[in-house]
Amino acid sequence: MGNKQTIFTDEQLDAYQDCTFFTRKEILRLHSRYHELAPHLVPMDYTNEPDCKLPLALIVDMPELKENPFRNRIVESFSEDGMGNLSFNEFVDMFSVLSEMAPRELKAIYAFKIYDYNVDNYLCKEDLEKTLNKLTKEELTPEEVELVCEKAIEEADLDGDSKLSYADFENMITRAPDFLSTFHIRI
Amino acid sequence: MPGDTLITSENDTDIELDFAGDEDFQENHEREKHKGKRRNGDRQKNERENQRRKRPSKLVQGIREESQSKTERRERSRRRRRRAEHETSIHEGNERERDQTRAKSTKSKKNIKNEKTRKLEGKEDGEAQERSGKGKLKLVCAKNEEKIESGDQLKEKEKALGVKKKKKKRRKKVVETSSEPETSEEGDDEEEVNNDGEVRPELLSPEELEKLKDAVDEKKKLIQSLRGKPWPMKQKLVTLRESQLFVEKYEGALGKGKGRKLYAYKVMMTKKWMKFQRDFENFKTACIPWEMKIKEIESHFGSSVASYFIFLRWMYGINMILFGLTFGLVMVPEALMGRPYGSIPRKTVPRAEEAGAMDFAVLWDFGGYAQYSVLFYGYYNNQRAIGWFKFRMPLSYFLVGVGTVAYSYMVVIRTMARNANESGIGDDNSFNFSWKMFTSWDYLIGNPETADNKFASITTSFKEAILEEQESRKDDNIHLTRFLRVLANFLVLCCLAGSGYLIYFVVRRSQKFALDGLENHTWWERNEVNMVMSLLGMFCPMLFDVISTLENYHPRVALQWQLGRIFALFLGNLYTFIIALMDAINLKRKEEKVVKYNITMWEASLYNGTGSENSTAPPITIHPADVPRGPCWETMVGQEFVRLIISDTMTTYITLLIGDFLRAVLVRFLNHCWCWDLEAGFPSYSEFDVSGNVLGLIFNQGMIWMGAFYAPCLPALNLLRLHVSMYLQCWAVMCCNVPQERVFKASGSNNFYMAMLLVILFLSTLPAIYTIVTIPPSFDCGPFSGKNRMFDVIQETLESDFPAWFSKVFSYASNPGLVLPFILLMVLAIYYLQSTSKSYKEANVELKKKLQMQNEENKKKNKQAALKAQMDLEEARKSASQTAEHQRNNNASVQRREDDEEIDNKNQRMYHGRNPSLSAGDREPQFSARGPGPRNGHNGNHGNPRYLPGFRQQSEPRMCRVPSLERH
Repeated sequence: MGNKQTIFTDEQLDAYQDCTFFTRKEILRLHSRYHELAPHLVPMDYTNEPDCKLPLALIVDMPELKENPFRNRIVESFSEDGMGNLSFNEFVDMFSVLSEMAPRELKAIYAFKIYDYNVDNYLCKEDLEKTLNKLTKEELTPEEVELVCEKAIEEADLDGDSKLSYADFENMITRAPDFLSTFHIRI
Repeated sequence: MPGDTLITSENDTDIELDFAGDEDFQENHEREKHKGKRRNGDRQKNERENQRRKRPSKLVQGIREESQSKTERRERSRRRRRRAEHETSIHEGNERERDQTRAKSTKSKKNIKNEKTRKLEGKEDGEAQERSGKGKLKLVCAKNEEKIESGDQLKEKEKALGVKKKKKKRRKKVVETSSEPETSEEGDDEEEVNNDGEVRPELLSPEELEKLKDAVDEKKKLIQSLRGKPWPMKQKLVTLRESQLFVEKYEGALGKGKGRKLYAYKVMMTKKWMKFQRDFENFKTACIPWEMKIKEIESHFGSSVASYFIFLRWMYGINMILFGLTFGLVMVPEALMGRPYGSIPRKTVPRAEEAGAMDFAVLWDFGGYAQYSVLFYGYYNNQRAIGWFKFRMPLSYFLVGVGTVAYSYMVVIRTMARNANESGIGDDNSFNFSWKMFTSWDYLIGNPETADNKFASITTSFKEAILEEQESRKDDNIHLTRFLRVLANFLVLCCLAGSGYLIYFVVRRSQKFALDGLENHTWWERNEVNMVMSLLGMFCPMLFDVISTLENYHPRVALQWQLGRIFALFLGNLYTFIIALMDAINLKRKEEKVVKYNITMWEASLYNGTGSENSTAPPITIHPADVPRGPCWETMVGQEFVRLIISDTMTTYITLLIGDFLRAVLVRFLNHCWCWDLEAGFPSYSEFDVSGNVLGLIFNQGMIWMGAFYAPCLPALNLLRLHVSMYLQCWAVMCCNVPQERVFKASGSNNFYMAMLLVILFLSTLPAIYTIVTIPPSFDCGPFSGKNRMFDVIQETLESDFPAWFSKVFSYASNPGLVLPFILLMVLAIYYLQSTSKSYKEANVELKKKLQMQNEENKKKNKQAALKAQMDLEEARKSASQTAEHQRNNNASVQRREDDEEIDNKNQRMYHGRNPSLSAGDREPQFSARGPGPRNGHNGNHGNPRYLPGFRQQSEPRMCRVPSLERH
């Protein structure tokens, strides 16, 4: 316990607990994971909030994300600069949203961001195609991909603009039986 | 308009989908508007209007974190404005000072903000900000002009504000970075909020206090809901800090007079309570065991395998509570305060068994010393109260038995309800493809092999869905499939009947053995029942699996069938076992009658033999071990269950070791010297069978519930078993299982398993309740001995431990005349609730239908609108190109041109309707060639058609601009 105290002050830990779905222990664990990623870059002492960011390549290499076909998008959509460089704050934020305790609405917002490859706030056909190709490792023929994307848009598109806005996406995802159970990462 | 802009942009941040480009666009738009207005003249008025619009939105911004709806915001801004006015009228003297401090605070705050958002946003934003700053200055002036009449004050204030503004601008120039307009606004507003707060509490009227309180409450709410906000962490932290500061600062100011102390106390207590809650929460999560183990499995095998382990852990928790109940309220009191071992016959090993009572084989069978211990029903004494504080042992025993079952019901039902809530409304199939696309990847997977399997299964599922979409798959030979399915079901039924008969047969045989005396038989004969049951439980599922290949179902359907069949098998086995046990109980009870008679004879002979000489002499002390006793069927039942559990556990572990571990080892090491590839070929590695394991767990729990009344040690035993299997299975699954090839969804089956558990719970309480209610307890063992029925203990307690009036009331209450109406009432209530829920469901379905219809309608409408817009656009383009052409080609009069345009439009419309596929370029020459004809005609018809100066002016720029656009 003694050496753990020096990583964060109590106020910091409390603040993190207020801002995330984590307990004290988990936040400390997150820090140790973050530290492990780049021991020479990340300081052990976070009491004075050092400004340090880890690049996407390091974070994506975590075992939790390594197999995920959307890993780059996940990291990018949580980074402030959109390039995938995560500070510890953003790192915690990412796993907080992906934790089991996070509510459906919050998860839906970030899921939308993740699937929105070109960051235009709409899931257009190209986004869906990319998603599908990542999901199936490009084993579907282009016609099949086309069909599936069309179908998906047709199903979920409420306003008929042949792309999915956040409202469409939310409407669709809140009814999905598997969304909560699959859209989470335990750390 | 500016207000709207701000609000929309704010909303965007609310859902954290910021449109950077959009904002720019809107700004441009705004600026253009400004320009236009300025050109129109009446500048002063215009600006004031502008500010008036701007102000509420800006005030709004200040509390953007707290309020979600626009209306709410507006209202609050109005309130705040009023308050601000009030303020100014009260503290005019302080005005200057305050404004200066305000400026300072703004500055510091701004600096923070700027540092935060030190990104290159371009000069545009800076401009926008400056403009907004100017606007603000003017706004305040305007406010003053409008509302405060006294000139001196006004001047003072203006000066002060001027100073502030200048400072602001200077700072901006120095820093030369521009924060987003949004954040700057936010900063301004926070400052305003703080300003409101800076008013000293003594000077506030109750109304204002109320408002302040509201603000504090809002901040508190914000703090609580912060973790659910989709903001970046930094923003969250800053907001948290700010609102905490705010709350801390002004919380104490609230309340007045007597109320203040109380309020402060209350605040302090809530703070402490929150802290305690958080610590408790931390403690609770620290207490949840095996988190890392499960996580590891999760990342290797995905959520479905992990769901088994989570279920196991949940079961462990329940058993922990059950164990706590039985251990704390039954076993420990009896062991500590009850009569010690050897004091009375029921607590002593009988003389005949004494010799082998300590043998391992006997103990393993829970005979000998184990049988005569707190582990079993028979050991407990019927003494009403034991120990120095008069612990009511029999009552406690009974209540714990009831409480165990009641608690289990409660937990299972509650969990089911929660699961039902969580799992959404995923029954309709309207989002088949979207769901597949967005929710089929399991984010937990962290193992390459599992990931590969998942990829493959997702691909196949997509392909299946595509096939289904393209054509409903034709059934090649429906008759054959049907025949095979019937055959398969027939075979399964045969299996079930066979296994049921086998168990019945074995149990009957074992009773014969038992009558003969167990010593004369081999180990197999003694343990036949349990072994047969375990073996059946092991091999029948495999048989079902083979049979189900006949049926050719979709794998998911096949899985359900398989589960149903295994469930039926287990249930059948359990119930056969119970029926056989009931036979045994009846036999024991006959035996008991004989023994009872014998004992009275024996006692009589004892007294006759000794009492003839001296009737006053104390009765002969006989060692309790020598006293003849009844067979005690309750202990027998308890023992049976314990043995069943033990053998079941053993078979599970052994199958695990042989079926998984040994197989894995063989496959791994024999693969080098074998003729075919063992790893990829026939034996390969085993997969983790989630459904089978869950079913095993459920049935195991059922046995615990059934037997716990007669063997209080069962929950403890189960706890041990679960603990061991947690480690053993975790190890086995990580070391010798391969990920499933077809990965099924875990969530849908979750409640399915819970429902099974509930059914099992119900079915297992039935026999227990039956025995408790109908069969009289043994006369010489157990806590209820000597009573007619076990539940008489309640009545006894009521009569002797409660005041007379209570038992009277109770007897009245239990009068059929009262009970029957009550039951009737309950039935009515259930009926009512059921029918209302039904109607709700119907209404739900209706609404869903309506919603769907509306959606479709919307889609249609939108499509039509889009189509129309497209057509209009095309038309406009064409007409524009036409007119441009004419402009170029002929220099006819304006009037003629007008006519021409109109007619061309008409023609185009017609033309467009006929064949819209032609491109504009093709059409152009045609039109120009055809144009003059109708134009002349028209010209002749209408002398001076509607020529309006405004009309022409408006249409001219468009006509000029559009073609140039098209050409480029």
